[in-house]
Amino acid sequence: MAEFSTSTKDLGGVSIIYLQGYLDAHTAPSLENTFSNLIENGKYCTVVNFKELAYISSAGLGVFMAFIEKMRENNGDIKLTSMSEKVYNIFDLLGFPLLYEIYKTEDEAVNKFIESKNLEK
Amino acid sequence: MKQLTNLSSQRTLKSKNNKSEEKELTVKSRTENLSAIRNFVSSGALELGISLKVVENIILAVDEACTNIIKHAYQYFPEGEIIVRLKFSREKFTVIIIDHGVPFQPETIPDPDLQTYYRQHRVGGLGMFLMKSLMDEVKYVSVPGKYNQVLLSKNLPATH
Repeated sequence: MAEFSTSTKDLGGVSIIYLQGYLDAHTAPSLENTFSNLIENGKYCTVVNFKELAYISSAGLGVFMAFIEKMRENNGDIKLTSMSEKVYNIFDLLGFPLLYEIYKTEDEAVNKFIESKNLEK
Repeated sequence: MKQLTNLSSQRTLKSKNNKSEEKELTVKSRTENLSAIRNFVSSGALELGISLKVVENIILAVDEACTNIIKHAYQYFPEGEIIVRLKFSREKFTVIIIDHGVPFQPETIPDPDLQTYYRQHRVGGLGMFLMKSLMDEVKYVSVPGKYNQVLLSKNLPATH
């Protein structure tokens, strides 16, 4: 059984989703649920941390595509961080860096949200 | 193997001249079996000394092909059969995947367009694009009423 899990924490209004294990067509619905729960709770600023993600297939990539517009429509975003070279290469091959902000560290991604919130004030 | 209940069979065949070898895995058409398929392909390829980076590309391509079979050929019917056959020689590592579902017409799959995905909130055709990008050869054959076959192959360097 491909193991996959997510955990979420809130950091100053930014939701950080930690991915762990193998994200494929079997486990993608679990990540969809995570995003749906955030939306139900009105949380649109999300950072997805890929540090512990071992594998991703296009079914996993599809989850980010399913929710990105909803987040942005509500002044939020899905920012990605801490990808291994292997996972980044798949995103890159498909041109995802044009559509998603990808940061090396979680702090950078979170700070981007904080900066843009400060600008709005 | 944890998923023995879902695996119908696994076998190894050797050619007469011992120059090539085949391994075969049969599983039910369920997404829960994708990890068993990846493990099967990965151990077969690693045994040959193929580099981890190349093996990772091969298993992603095979995962995409099998995901398409589960989704499109069997339309999530969980009792279909997927046969994954590994063939290897010095020059080439080939994965042949066979199903008995709805015939697949690869020419109807457009190349991926991110802007369209963004508007439609979904992706389609990414798997096919990945397969073509990651492998040296991707070939579909459908014999209506009999079987569909996708052949994925990777050329191996002289010393791999």
